[in-house]
This record gives sequence, structure tokens and C-alpha cells, in this order.
Amino acid sequence: MQIGTDKVAEMARLARLELENDEIKALTVELSGILEYVAKLQQLDTTGVEPVSHALAVVNAFREDEVAPSLSREEALANAPVATGEAFVVPKVF
Amino acid sequence: MELETVIGLEVHAQLKTKSKIFCGCSTEFGRPPNSNTCPVCLGMPGVLPVLNRRVVEFAIKLALATDCTVNRRNIFARKNYFYPDLPKGYQISQFDLPIAEHGRLTIEPEGAPSRRIGITRIHMEEDAGKLIHDEREPQSYVDLNRTGVPLLEIVSEPDLRTPAEAAAYLRKLHAIVRYLDICDGNMQEGSFRCDANISLRPKGQQEFGTRTELKNMNSFRNVQKALEYEERRQRDLLLDGREVVQVTLLWDADKGVSQAMRSKEEAHDYRYFPDPDLVPVEISEAWLEEVRAGLPELPLARKTRFIEQLGLPDYDAEVLTSSRELADYFEQALAAYPAAKKLSNWIMTELMRVLKGDEGIDIAACPVSPPHLARLLTMVDEGMISGKIAKTVFEEMMNTGAAPDAVVKEKNLVQVSDEGELLTVVREIIAANPAQVEQFRGGKSKVMGFFVGQLMKQTKGKANPQLANELFSRELQGE
Ligand SMILES: [Zn+2]
Repeated sequence: MQIGTDKVAEMARLARLELENDEIKALTVELSGILEYVAKLQQLDTTGVEPVSHALAVVNAFREDEVAPSLSREEALANAPVATGEAFVVPKVF
Repeated sequence: MELETVIGLEVHAQLKTKSKIFCGCSTEFGRPPNSNTCPVCLGMPGVLPVLNRRVVEFAIKLALATDCTVNRRNIFARKNYFYPDLPKGYQISQFDLPIAEHGRLTIEPEGAPSRRIGITRIHMEEDAGKLIHDEREPQSYVDLNRTGVPLLEIVSEPDLRTPAEAAAYLRKLHAIVRYLDICDGNMQEGSFRCDANISLRPKGQQEFGTRTELKNMNSFRNVQKALEYEERRQRDLLLDGREVVQVTLLWDADKGVSQAMRSKEEAHDYRYFPDPDLVPVEISEAWLEEVRAGLPELPLARKTRFIEQLGLPDYDAEVLTSSRELADYFEQALAAYPAAKKLSNWIMTELMRVLKGDEGIDIAACPVSPPHLARLLTMVDEGMISGKIAKTVFEEMMNTGAAPDAVVKEKNLVQVSDEGELLTVVREIIAANPAQVEQFRGGKSKVMGFFVGQLMKQTKGKANPQLANELFSRELQGE
């Protein structure tokens, strides 16, 4: 499966990655190679096989509805590039 | 050209769990900003979200109450987008395998026949945080207390045809989540939110017209008003031969207009994929039956019971069952005063007139308890007070929360049923109004109302009206 530079540029934009043109070109070649490799799986006959969403056989991993201690506000805000004493600060959004 | 309106609603109901959907942080509203967070809901690397069992239980409840098919196996998916209120860069939601699908809700809009509205799907997801915008500086503040609070998203089919129907659907859904006690339903605080899609098409046409999306409507009334506004706007455009542009609109309740939102780029490329952190949910027959057995009586069933067993008119039953609290209040009073229709009249007129607010009745705030209301009506039936005095007593009970007997005693409002006492006054009135006596004897029986009115005035409304009538008839005809 081949993809074009447009598709790679689009994915980069959605992922907020800033890529130079030569990086986009190089990634287009690499990603196409990966996709081709994975495409080999398409040769398998999967008639009658249920789609799998998870590789684990585990289901229903629940917790009970009980409150556990939260972080202190200082801890919660500690990694923020910008914060007031009580909130994260970000450039104005609408 | 006759146009038909097509409306679909998306409702987000915040669930009444103690803790968040994937971590143990409290869901309490109104706490100081960023004090209910932990590594999981902050989206720190390497953490593992674990599903709150009660969220699944609440979702099953709503699914059963709206005749949905419960998907025995359902999975969580990541919805990817960047926004400052979403710390992980994705929202954990459900996509192609939601917990429930293909349900329906019966609505009974006032003065129109009842209709079944399809429910496309119900899914579980986490709420995002809250943004507070600075008025002066070009910056916004992020509070992540709400991040990870459990939500159910309920998507209707585009089956609604008028703004009034949309409001009726919303009220019905609101009543159901309140009956189920899974959501507090507070629209102002955002625990019950609604977005709407609306389009118009020539009547008879199969394809839908271009739709617009409406957001930010925080009351039933605003939903209806915003939809009416948008319906008019689209109709004017179409009848003018112009086109509707697909856009998201924010309703401004103060100005009564909607405004286009700045469009988010690539807003609809969410690149959903199964969340590898969360294993599938499998709902056994036993679990389903356990939840089904614990369901309370729902609005429609209760309404039917009120009509069939208590003999109430359809309208009364609809109003009384519109909220679980009001229906509970009615039934508690009914236990001590079994005349259902009389009781219903009182609740629907006197009680609701006083309690009526913008979002309906807040019966929880009613100072008159159900047993006190029952006692008041019993006092009327037993002739201790007149129906008119009862309204005065009721007003006092609403103000002070006092028992009716105490009010009647304190204000000296016991009905005068003593013949001797009343007869003196009756004779005085007859003597003082010869002209009216003449009219009465000349055949104008309507004058009786005047005489009784005079007596009520002199006894401050305490005269037993039936006895008053008897005494006047006797005295006036007897001479
Ligand atoms: Zn948390």
C-alpha cells in the first residue's frame, strides 16, 4: 500500500508535528514500506473469524465506585509550564 | 413550498457516581479548581485507567428504560483531538461498539398525539475539563476537576419534527434519568446538556437538507427557543432561494439569537481506535436481569397506573408523573387522603402555582409536607374549615411550614357551623338590605349570592357556606 506526501503531511498536522519537506518525503517512503509489510496480513483468509479489538483474553476489569485521595493542587500543577496557584494557564482559546 | 423540520438531539448526562469513570477522584461539583485530580485523569504517562463498575450499571439502567438493545460485548475507543481541556489528547469514549443501541422514547407533546422517537445509541465516556477565559489577558485557565467525570451520551434518531417535540423529548429523557436516579439533571450546572441538529426539507422529500448544529442551551425553554429561531432562519433562507451553510451555532439566551462558532479545523477527523488500556465489557444475562429487577417504576408505567387505578384524567397523570419527586409527593399525601382527584386538583393548582420556577416544580423545597396537605384537605371535608379558608391556611403553611391544625387554631379560622350564631347575622343582613330582599322575592334567585357574600364578609369567610344558604332560603321565604 502506497501513501503520498499529502497524507503524511495531513497526519503530521493532526498530530501537531512540525515536519520539514524533506522529512515528509523521507517519512512517506518509510511509512509506505511499513504499510506494505503489514499488508501481507491481507493475504490471510479470515472468513468466519471474529474481529479482535484486544489481544488479551481478559474482560470486565472493574473498580468499585469508591473515592480515593486525589493529588494536592501543588502536585497536580507541578509539571505545568505555566500555572497560577490554582489553575493551568494556556494561550487564549475560544 | 411546504417545508418539514428535522431535528435530532444529543444529550450528555453526567452520572451520579461518587468517583470518576476511570480513577478514584471525587466527582463533587464546586470544589476549588484542580483539587480533584490524579495521575490518571491528568493523563500522566504510564497510568492505567480502570472502569468504574457503577457506570456500566447506570448505562444498563438507562438502556433498559429506553427499550434499547444492550450490546453484551462493548468496547472503549479513543477519540483523538487536541484541546486544552483534554489533557491526554484523546477522550475515552465508545465508537463502533457502544453499550446500547436501537431504543425509543414515547413523547406526549401538549395538545398533540403521542409519538415514538428512536434512540440511535447510548454510550459511556469521560467528560473534559473546564476552561475559564481571562477578560483582560490573552490567556485561559484550565480546571481539570471535571475531567474523567462519567457521562452517558444519548443520541436520538432525526425523528423530531418540531421544536416543541424536541423539548418534550428532552423533558421525558430528563424525567427518566431522574426516576432512575442516575443523574441529578441540573441543567444550569451542566449535568444534563443538550446539543441539537436541525435541518429543513421540502415535505415529502426523503433526503435531509443541510443541517446546522446548536450548542449551549442550558434549559428546556432555551432548547425550544433556539430551535424555533434556527427553524425560522433556515426557512427564510430556503424560501428566498438561498442555501443553508453547515455550521455550529452557539445560542445566546440573553439576546435571543444564535451565533456561528469559529470552526475548529479538521474537527471531524477523530481517528477513533480501540483503547488498548481498557479491556472489553461483557454483560452477562445475570447482570442484565439483576439491573432489570432493580428498576423503579418509570414515568409511563406510573402515569398509566394513575389513570387506570386512581381514575385520574390523562392530563393530571401526565403532570404529576413529570418528575419522580412530584409523583412521590402525591402518593405520600394520597396515603392519608385517598380522594385522588381532589388531591390532584390541589397539587396542580395551589401547590404548583406557588412552586413553579423556570425549570418546573422544585417539590423538594416545598415547606408543606404531604401529610400536612392531606390533613388540610381532610379538614375541609369534615367541615372544620371552608374551601376558601383552606387556601388562606395553605398560604400560611407555605410560609411557615406549620401544621394546618396549628394555623387554624392560632388564626381562629374554624368554620362557624353553629346555627344560632349565624342566624343572628343572617337576620341583620336581611333587615339592612330591603331592596335585595324585594328582588329575591320577585324571583331573582341570583341575589342569594349577594346575601351569602355579605355573611362571608362579616364572618371573615368562616361561615359554613352550605348552612348559610339554608338559613337565607328559610328566612327569606319564611316571612
Ligand atoms: Zn483522577
